[in-house]
This record gives sequence, structure tokens and C-alpha cells, in this order.
Amino acid sequence: MENLVYIALFAPFASSLFAALFGMSQREVFVGIVASMFIGTAFISSLLLAIHLYTTGDVINITMMDWIHAGDFNVSFGFVVDQVSVTMMTVVTLVSTVVHVYAIGYMDHDKSFNRFFSYLSAFVFSMMILVMSDNFLGLFIGWEGVGVCSWLLIGFWYHKADQTREENPSVSPSWAANEAFIVNRIADLGMLVGIFVLYWNTGTLKYDEVFAQLPYLNNGIIVTATIALFIGAMGKSAQFPFHTWLTDAMEGPTPVSALIHAATMVTAGVFLVIRANPLFHAAPEVSFFIASLGTFVAFYAASMALVERDLKRIIAYSTLSQLGYMFAAAGLGAYWIALFHLAAHAFFKALLFLGGGNVMHAMHDELDIFKMGGMKKEMRGTWIYMTLASVALAGLPPLAGFWSKDAIIETAFNEHTYFLWIMLVVTAGMTAFYSFRQVFMTFHGEDRHTPLGFHPHEMYKFVLIAMSPLAVLATITGWYMKEYEDFITELLPHYEMSEHTHHLASWLGLVVLFFAISGIVWAYLKYARIGRHAWKRDKEKEQGFFYKLLKNQYYVPKFYEEFITKPYAMVSAVFWEKVDLKIVDATVDNIAKAFYKSGDATRGMQTGNLSNYLNWMAVGGVLLLVIAAISAMFV
Amino acid sequence: MIGLSHYLVVSAILFSIGLVGVLRRRNLLMLFFATEVMLNAVNIAFAAISHYYNDLTGQMFAFFVIAIAASEVAVGLGILIVLFKKFGSLNLDDLANMRG
Repeated sequence: MENLVYIALFAPFASSLFAALFGMSQREVFVGIVASMFIGTAFISSLLLAIHLYTTGDVINITMMDWIHAGDFNVSFGFVVDQVSVTMMTVVTLVSTVVHVYAIGYMDHDKSFNRFFSYLSAFVFSMMILVMSDNFLGLFIGWEGVGVCSWLLIGFWYHKADQTREENPSVSPSWAANEAFIVNRIADLGMLVGIFVLYWNTGTLKYDEVFAQLPYLNNGIIVTATIALFIGAMGKSAQFPFHTWLTDAMEGPTPVSALIHAATMVTAGVFLVIRANPLFHAAPEVSFFIASLGTFVAFYAASMALVERDLKRIIAYSTLSQLGYMFAAAGLGAYWIALFHLAAHAFFKALLFLGGGNVMHAMHDELDIFKMGGMKKEMRGTWIYMTLASVALAGLPPLAGFWSKDAIIETAFNEHTYFLWIMLVVTAGMTAFYSFRQVFMTFHGEDRHTPLGFHPHEMYKFVLIAMSPLAVLATITGWYMKEYEDFITELLPHYEMSEHTHHLASWLGLVVLFFAISGIVWAYLKYARIGRHAWKRDKEKEQGFFYKLLKNQYYVPKFYEEFITKPYAMVSAVFWEKVDLKIVDATVDNIAKAFYKSGDATRGMQTGNLSNYLNWMAVGGVLLLVIAAISAMFV
Repeated sequence: MIGLSHYLVVSAILFSIGLVGVLRRRNLLMLFFATEVMLNAVNIAFAAISHYYNDLTGQMFAFFVIAIAASEVAVGLGILIVLFKKFGSLNLDDLANMRG
């Protein structure tokens, strides 16, 4: 079993190194194939571990080696394979495998094909460290590793020039990459502080040992630690106010968006809350804040998706919104439901993104859904996948999204947080509307792309086949919710609905369903019809206050630019000119100049005339005598 | 009565004369003489102090200095002859060829 753990962990690493060997050479298809096989191996190992854990129930703890030994401070490279980490491992490696195969087709024409696979596999490796580590420091290493890989991959097309915000809200890939990295750094500081607080007060960083000491910690420390850790989680999972980077991260290649910015990395924040659940459970105020923030973000992101025209940004908003759902569940104490939604979401969202990638590929990187329409006849396979994924996202039975999302909404009702419940139900309706708006705009309705000179073509067959596991899982995951509950609650706390809620469960489900279906129907009436009822742009409405507010993302990016980025740049300019140039540089320069000048001044002594030297020697001797005399006086 | 201080004063005067010679003279041969004067000034001081303390070490040391001075003069004069043959002069100002 131990070997399987090592294979699951290091196969992606080997894959990354292998692809890196060819990083500078031109496109070699076998690099993609070998990388996919490595990741597939990691997936199979993870699956075997999951089966082992499911059948026998024994958690695997291994310590690879000692890492830091300094005084009382001991950290080892330890890994744990328990119910939570094995779920994450399986989800991560499965989606990664699909995305690797997909990328062989998607990145077909890219000259940096090999480099792409190297980064992608490095990401998988970091993610595996993140989920498998048995201590906070290992988690942090993985956390930073995925951050770096995310930066590399968002900025993969770094050669694209900057544009104005009006032309492209994300400016350019390199700009978006830097934004993501910097925002995450800020949040990671919080995470680091949380880890320090825990270490100072417990003297250890291992999850089990930290949690064992919880009863002896006072409440203030627990609250501080959870707040600090959650700030880290907010950055990685793009929760308000750190959310702006996620939509801009769509500048990266689509497989990256599917893998990193939808299915895996952005869920790391949720994973942290689930992993540290005893800690968060001990701080109910913080947990309630998490739930409220999650609900707010779910609604907030969904509202922005209502008017977005960019296909990938719509899906990115839906990711934000679903992350909000996960945090709502985790904050309300239903940790296993959050994890279940995480897994289900990973499947259907990756599928949705990859489908979006197919569309983008077919439309030669055009992402404006106003320029599409009626594409289902050209792209039947993609249409089926994206509809399926959208149904799952909208939360219709019997697909995965229905079960997990419904459970979250039911939790909100069960906790008597009715305001959160209403928000989540309304958001479910909005989710259905915007996801089907995007499907109908792209694949149904009037054909708007042919007049614009686009001739879309379906993606390669093998790519469509590679996507099928996700489609199957997006469909069936929800059916095994009961089994999964039994499996996961061996580690995570049970979450029981009260008798009252249980009684109303089917009615609650119907309410959600009603909202979802009406969202879809509305979207259909508005966008899917052709001929006389066909959708037309309403320029007048687009000038309206709410439309503009949503379109500009509530002016939050603008606000950040005006009140954070620009003042910061101004302050930096002042510091550069006044402090750096005039104080720091000047000090260093003047020391050097003093040596030059004294050298210049005394160079004249070097005459070559022995008599002058002797004179100077006598001067030196006299000086020494004088010094000796003076010091003798003071002794 | 001639005491230690008289000897030391003579020694100091001689040493100063030698030092001024080293500083002021331009001729290498004269520089040698000046250093010999300084060495002998020191020898006087050694001998006087040695006698004052009734300790022979100082006088022994004076002999060492004389021996070394003799060998130094032997080697030094050899070098001077070579220099004179090469430059035709022993004046330090003529020998200097660096432009500091």
C-alpha cells in the first residue's frame, strides 16, 4: 500500500520532469501521451487506495523522511491517506488525467506544447502534496506550489500584449497571472500567520496533534487561528474580496481553467476548512461568518454571470458561485456535504470548461456568446456534454449537482438560517438561468456565427472520448451519495437533518427545483427561439444601471485599481525616488566614491623616489609614536 | 659624573642626525652612512642601558647589530656598485623613473 502512495505522489513529478526535458524543443506528441500515462498511473494508484480504504477502512500514515529538525521544532515529510485525502486524490488525478489527454488535442497547434505538459504535471504534483500532507507545513508547500504552477499556466501565453480594460477586462495573460499570484500572496500571509499561531500554542504542526490539543486552547487563540487560516482559504478559493483574480485567470489555456481554476486548485480553500474541521468547529462565530460569506459570494458571482458575454468568464463566475455553496455547507458544519459537492462540482465543471474549450477551439479563440448561436448542428458531441454539465450545474435530478446542491440548501434550512436558505435558493434559480443562457446562446437559437465568417468544426474524436468519464461521473455521482456518506463520516463528523427538516425535505427540494426549472424555461424563452421570437440585443437595456453595474463586476476591479493599485504605484514611485535613490543608493555610492577619491588624492605619494618613501616612512613612524604616547597617557 | 642619561642623550642626538640624513640626503652612499649612524646610536643606548642594569644581554645585542651592519654594508656596497655601473649616478632623483 505504501508503494501505491508513493506512486500516486511521484508519478506526476516524474511526468513533469520528463516533459521538462523536451521543454525547449518543438512539439512532440509522445510527450503529451507519456505525461497522460504517468498521471493515469497516479489515478489508478489513488483509485486502488480508495478501494482499499473503502473495504478495510484503515488509514495509511507514512513518514517519508525528516524534513526540519531545529531544537524543539520537528517537521517530517509525512503523508496521510484517509477518507478526505483519498477523495481529493481520486478527484484530482481523475480530472487531471482527462485534462492531460484533452490537452493533447487542444494544444495541438501550440509551439510550447511540451512546456505546457511540464507545468500541468507539476501542478498535479503540488496538488497531491497539498491534499496528502499530514501537517500544516506540507500543506503550505503544496499550497505555494499550486500557486506557482497557476501563475505559470495563466501566463502561458505571456507574449500577448496588454489591452485596455474596455477591450479585455483581464488586460493580458501576464497581467492576469501576476494579479492571481499577488492576490494569493496577500491571502497566504494570513494562512502563514494562522500556522504560526497554531505552532506557538500547540508546539506541533501535525493535524492530529494540533486537534488533540484543541480542548486546552483558549477561545481567542482558536478564533485568531481560524480567521487567519480562512483568509488563506479565501485567497485560494477566490472568495470576496479576493475574487477578482479567478475570472481574469481565464486568460490561461482552457485545459488549465478546467483543471486548476475550476476542479482542483480553487477548491483547496474548501479542502483546508474540511481538513481543519475540528478547529473550525470550535469557532462557531468564524464558521457562521464562513457560511454567510459563502452564501454572499454564491449570489454575488451568480449575479455577475447573468450579463457576462464571455463564455469562459460565465463558467468562471459559476465556479465562484459554487465555491460559495461549498463554503456555506462547510461553515454550517456539514463538512462531508461540502466535500461531496466539491467532488461533484469538479466533474461537471471540468466537463463544462472542456466543452467551452471545444467551442473556443472551433471559433478560433472567439469567446463572445453573442457571436455564436445555433452551433449544435456543427458540434453535436460538445453540445451534449455541455448541456449535460449545465443540467448538473443547474441542479436537476438525477444529475450530480442536484443531490449535492440540494443537500447544502437543506442544511441552510436545517440550521434555521433562513436568510441564507432564501439566498441559496434564489441563487440556484440564477445558476440555472445563466448556465442555460450560455448553452442556448451558443448552441441554439439564430445562427449568428456564419454571417461573421466563422466555420466551426467539431473537436477531435479522441478528445470527445476522453471527456466521457467526466460526463458519466457528472451523471451518476449523486446516486452514490448514501454510500459516500457512510464512507466519509468515518472521519468527518456526521451531519443529521432534524426530524422537522426531514419531514419537509421533499417540499424543500421541490422549491429548489421550481426555481431551477423556471430559470431554465426563462432562458429558453429568451434565448433559444428562432425566427420571429429570436433573441435580439437590447442596446437600451445594456445602458441601464443594473446591467452596467453587473457588467463592470460591481466596479470592484475598478475600485481596486483606483484605490489600491494606483496609490501603491504612486507611493512606490515616491519611495523609489526619495528613499531608494537618495538614501539607500546614495549611501552605497558615497562609500565607493570615498574610496575612489582618497585613492586619487594619495596616488601622488607613489613617486618612485626612494627618498620620498623614506620621508613618508618617517612620518608614519612619528605618527605611531604619537599614538603610542597618547594611548599610554590614557592607560 | 657621567650617568645613563648623558649616554642616552648622545644616543638620541646621534639617532636624530642619522634620521635627518636619511630624510634629506639624495645620494645613496650617504644614505648608507646615515643608517650606520642610526644603528650606532642604538648601539650606544644598548651598551649604556646594559651597563646600567648589569645585564650583558644588551651588549651582546650591540655586537649582533655590529655584525649585521657589517654584512649589510658588504651586500649594500655591492649593489651600489652595480647601480652606479648601470645608471652612472647614485643620486636618488636620477634613479626614480615612476610618474606618480
